[in-house]
Amino acid sequence: MHDNTIINQVRHQLVDLSHQNKVPHLACALSCVDILYALYFHAMKIKPSEPNHAQRDRFLLGKGHAVAALYCMLAQRDFFSPDDVYSLGQDGSAFEEHPGVNSPPGVDNISGSLGHALGLATGMAKASKIKGTKEHFYALVGDGELNEGTNWEAAMFAPAHRLDNVTLIVDFNKLQGTGRSCEIMQLDDLAEKWRAFGWNTLEIDGHDVEQLKAALSSDSSVAGKPKAIVAHTVKGAGISFMQDDNNWHYRIPTLEEVELSAKELGLR
Amino acid sequence: MRNKFAECLTQLAKTNEDICLLYADIGNRLFNNLKEIAPDRTINAGIAEANMATMASGMAQMGFRPFIYTITPFTTARNFEQIKIDLAYANVPVVIVGTGSGLAYANLGPTHHSFEDIALMRVLPNMKIVCPADSMELEALMPELLKETGPVYLRIGKKNEPQNYSDIPKLTVGKAHLCREGQRVTLLCTGTALHIGNQVADELLSKGISAELVSMHTVKPLDTGFLSTIPADKLVVSIEEHSLNGGFGSALCEWFNDSDWEGKVLRFGIPDTFIDQLSGPQAARDRIGLTAPDITSRILKKLSL
Repeated sequence: MHDNTIINQVRHQLVDLSHQNKVPHLACALSCVDILYALYFHAMKIKPSEPNHAQRDRFLLGKGHAVAALYCMLAQRDFFSPDDVYSLGQDGSAFEEHPGVNSPPGVDNISGSLGHALGLATGMAKASKIKGTKEHFYALVGDGELNEGTNWEAAMFAPAHRLDNVTLIVDFNKLQGTGRSCEIMQLDDLAEKWRAFGWNTLEIDGHDVEQLKAALSSDSSVAGKPKAIVAHTVKGAGISFMQDDNNWHYRIPTLEEVELSAKELGLR
Repeated sequence: MRNKFAECLTQLAKTNEDICLLYADIGNRLFNNLKEIAPDRTINAGIAEANMATMASGMAQMGFRPFIYTITPFTTARNFEQIKIDLAYANVPVVIVGTGSGLAYANLGPTHHSFEDIALMRVLPNMKIVCPADSMELEALMPELLKETGPVYLRIGKKNEPQNYSDIPKLTVGKAHLCREGQRVTLLCTGTALHIGNQVADELLSKGISAELVSMHTVKPLDTGFLSTIPADKLVVSIEEHSLNGGFGSALCEWFNDSDWEGKVLRFGIPDTFIDQLSGPQAARDRIGLTAPDITSRILKKLSL
């Protein structure tokens, strides 16, 4: 399938899921769909038939409230069926609004509290270096999530330990829960910050799959340095009336809005 | 106790290559021997305790058995949320080591006191709490900790704690250890308070009162099998270097309350207050009445003697 076909299907399912299951954080999920696609369809060494394979690459989701995007992408990658995801947020479902210890196959971490993913990736990467294994550890964090100080603790540890098996992707959508992320905390110049912390830092359009593939490729890696990809994104990306509108951090779409979204995504 | 901890960890790490230590930039030279045999597994995580706990979870998920080590308040209170999610909820075999617990750092002030750590750890599902009384109990318990499949909080002292044994006792996590037999009173002690309990037992004996002395080195899970054998006409006394709010004595009272036991518990610990301007641990114990004479006289009063 073409890149965009899968990406658009995921976006559509996210809108539909939010409507049907009354689950918020739709815009947060939409902003990282392309990143997840590039990871799961191009960058990561994984085997959906063996989701717990010891030598698999790991994905640590920081912004746990966007986990619906991960569930939908894992479904496209055949970890389970897209229909399974419709139990999202239901009593007894493995598809929780924030991933827990009983998550579906393919989900590598507990998330929901911000500022844990990069530390987990760093600890795992350190373990892998000691044992001499070859896994790679990808952490996706939101720009608002970078308010949490633990990120900056891990940011100092990883380069000091030459953890070039860590890749951080910042979903830099410029909005957090209640406002503009760069006004609430001084995030700019975000790429310079990561460079200053000793990371091999790339700055890309986080909705351009070719740019994502190139940034995630080992061709752009530097031996002995962890990699930080500052991915410029738009909250609510792909749906014209949700894009960069922070109401969609919490708003639930109506049936009419689901239909309108489907048309925009070329699925009607 | 911290020297014994470093010694035991080094011994265990020689044969178990999954053991690793993360420490938050303390213990100058303490871990030199460990560094020698396992340089890559002796990791200074920096003065970044929250990230240290999270990284330990990541390492455990990759097959390691990490120990995280620093002064107690910094590895229990400062990083509590990381412990809750990444260690307790994830249920990974990480040992959280708090050194200088209770009043050990009395002279360094409330920033370094830990009167709340047992309460914090006790409320977390999956978490076990082990508080050795001295370096011999610690030596007995260290290999036992490696049998655990989930997180453990190991609450240790600092240095030169008085010894309570002539030989290394045989201890099991979750099992009370009977140190002295006695009929009228049961002294249940956790951590370094065992030494105080021993003195109390001596003082009571000199008044003709026979007191049983028990090391409750494991606060969670409580050895309820043992507790349920205590006759209700025996006065139960708890002694701990921890706040009376939410600590070992609280745990006992909760369990006794919820069981059919009808006896009385007299609790000794640290009152609900910050303590400062102290010259050392003994000055603190004197000030708050956590000494053998104070405890003995309150027991005698309770027994109406």
